Amino acid sequence: MAKIIMTADDSASVRQMVSFTLKQGGYEVVEAVDGKDALQKLSGTKVDMLITDLNMPNLDGIGLIKGARALPSCKFIPIVMLTTESQDSRKQEGKAAGATGWIVKPFKPEQLMAVVKKVLG
Amino acid sequence: MIDVHRQAFKEEAYELLSELETSLLELEETPEDSDLIGRVFRAMHTIKGSGAMFGFDDIASFTHEVETVFDMVRNGKLSVTKPLINLTLAARDQIKSMLDASESGGGADLTATVQIIAGLRALAGAEAPAAVTHQETAKPAAASTRITYRIRFAPCRGILGCGSNPLNLLVELRELGVCNVIAQTAGVPELEELDPESCYVYWDVILTTDQGMNAIKDVFIFVEDDCELSIEAVAEHDGYNSDEGYKKLGEILLERGDITTEEMASVLAEQKRFGELAVQKGIVTENKVEAALVEQRHVQAVRQEKQTSDAGNSIRVPAERLDLLVNLVGELVTVQARLSQTAAGRADLELSAIAEEVERLTGELRDSALNIRMLPIGSTFSKFKRLVRDLSSELGKEIEMTTDGAETELDKTVIEKLNDPLVHLIRNSLDHGIELPEVRVAAGKPRHGTVHLAAVHSGDSVLITIRDDGAGIDKEAVRAKAIENGIITPQAELTEKELFNLIFAPGFSTAKKISSISGRGVGMDVVKRAIEALRGTIDITSVYGEGAKITVRIPLTLAIIESLLVRIGRDFFMLPLSLVDECVELTREDVARSNGRHLANVREHLVPYIPLRERFLIHGESPEIEQIVITEVNGSRIGFVVDQVIGEHQTVIKSLGRAYKNVEGISGATILGDGSVALILDVPQLVQSVEAEAA
Repeated sequence: MAKIIMTADDSASVRQMVSFTLKQGGYEVVEAVDGKDALQKLSGTKVDMLITDLNMPNLDGIGLIKGARALPSCKFIPIVMLTTESQDSRKQEGKAAGATGWIVKPFKPEQLMAVVKKVLG
Repeated sequence: MIDVHRQAFKEEAYELLSELETSLLELEETPEDSDLIGRVFRAMHTIKGSGAMFGFDDIASFTHEVETVFDMVRNGKLSVTKPLINLTLAARDQIKSMLDASESGGGADLTATVQIIAGLRALAGAEAPAAVTHQETAKPAAASTRITYRIRFAPCRGILGCGSNPLNLLVELRELGVCNVIAQTAGVPELEELDPESCYVYWDVILTTDQGMNAIKDVFIFVEDDCELSIEAVAEHDGYNSDEGYKKLGEILLERGDITTEEMASVLAEQKRFGELAVQKGIVTENKVEAALVEQRHVQAVRQEKQTSDAGNSIRVPAERLDLLVNLVGELVTVQARLSQTAAGRADLELSAIAEEVERLTGELRDSALNIRMLPIGSTFSKFKRLVRDLSSELGKEIEMTTDGAETELDKTVIEKLNDPLVHLIRNSLDHGIELPEVRVAAGKPRHGTVHLAAVHSGDSVLITIRDDGAGIDKEAVRAKAIENGIITPQAELTEKELFNLIFAPGFSTAKKISSISGRGVGMDVVKRAIEALRGTIDITSVYGEGAKITVRIPLTLAIIESLLVRIGRDFFMLPLSLVDECVELTREDVARSNGRHLANVREHLVPYIPLRERFLIHGESPEIEQIVITEVNGSRIGFVVDQVIGEHQTVIKSLGRAYKNVEGISGATILGDGSVALILDVPQLVQSVEAEAA
């Protein structure tokens, strides 16, 4: 069965690109438009991995990571955050909140797939 | 595809820009509103991040400047002023014109860009660092020399809580080169104190790779802060200058910092094996010594591989020696079964431990010994290609043969015995199946016919299918022929499967004319018998006019099978497990209710059964509740009534002596754990002979 990956990003174009790349790689994708939406969907569906942006309205990436880690079904799944170079402190904050790894924006589809393969095995 | 994403980004950016305008105007009214500030920041952030991703580098680096200023505003380091709003609005317009420009292919007004950036930097009060848009993706050219690294990866307790799986990292390391991993489990606490969500283990890894140190560091990039990691180069394997002796165990432990020089000297003074002594003295744990030993062996192995790689790594062995080996392993399995049974019968812990160890080793030995005799079926396949080529020209037909799964491995003896039946089946397909070119064209098919031969593993057996796109089997012709030859009565009602199975009946042939290739009617029943001698099964499916498919199922090996051990009276019998479907109970009432017919009702289906006690003339009373072992033979379910089902058994097949060669219904024998003999039932033959008697 295909593994399910959730992408949480308020930018539709990034979401589209991530989702397109993952689907080509044979994964199933669940999309969420912000942290709140993501948490809601996480409590209903079981996902194998979460890729989240850090800056989002309603609930930001850090809040989402913390919220997801508190859910029993998400306690051990890989969570990867999308950051920019200027956000090194945010990267630390994300790691402290329970993120597994990060992808620095801008990134290419191959880089995304490499990270997914790395953390999902 | 990229264009679709670029378009999506542009649409989103325009949307964000108009939203940004509204937010900025509102912000002018309520400069303290942190929600609004956050919204502006996010809009800028998204445009920057997504812009860079889809190739709008100019927009990304420009927006970065605005974002930097608003980050300061967000953190309270800068307040919202009229000039700031004005500048940001100008910046927003500039981003829009840059987007427009990208559409027409021209560039945006550079002077305006520079002015706005200067204004923003002045506001921020300091020279904000320029955006870094390039990324370090170019890796240093892979070094061609192979280097052996010693890696110690000790994750912190809570690593699992970050969603990192240490196993994945180790798998990734393995992909880099020749790799040996030793888990250090000394830190695992007693069960009561163990927190299942913590990681108590650390790993010593020896890796020989030509990818360089950076590739190894990249593996651990996400967990750098969550683990203790050390990577050291221990040996290089380039050219021929690496003939220095490998390191002594003590030296390795010393280098790893697990012991000191003095400790080593004191141990060495006693002149025994270093590892044992060091452990005895309590200087290092056994695990650490093992890790060091693995390193030593690893380096040795890499060197050796270098030396022998030219010489080739296979040897030729006469087949008889392999047969002898397999026979001996068979004997060993029998003895091991006895040992296990003896051990189980005594309350001797020491003996059971030994028996368990022997059982495990025997299992491994059996698997690897049988593995040696495995050969790919491909060589047989290529012989058939020639056969098809020659025959099709002889028959005036145009036939192509395709194959699949030539690499599928089977026991050598099985492959040899499979050759003749397969030749026969292919000949049949060519002769009866594929039509003449003119006939094919008239039927709307391509001129040349195809015969497809495929082999694939399925559980403990191999499926070989022969599929042709020829005329298929005419059911009515089969029926008429069977009636003519007296195989069935005109009134017989048969399912499609049973009808097709008639083709395998002795003395059956549907071809109207006898050719030199097939059609003498001695073929298919011989094929079936040959396949059954290999303990295989054969099946035909066909759609009239479209072709036929023959499926042959053959067990992987002949020497040892999984079987079901059953008991009748004081005698033991075996049924090949691959034929067994299920076991159900049969009570005396059931027998009485069926009025002397041997039929059992299993979930609303009637299943005929053969009472083996009666059949084998075994004396004594049958128990109150008997068992029916239901098997599937030739597509129909048939039960065998026994006193008791004992269980699964690894059976080493012994052939019966010459005197018993022609005994019906028995295909061999085996020796049980307690030394007694169990007979292996030839299920298809038993069914056949019972059916023959009934008819």
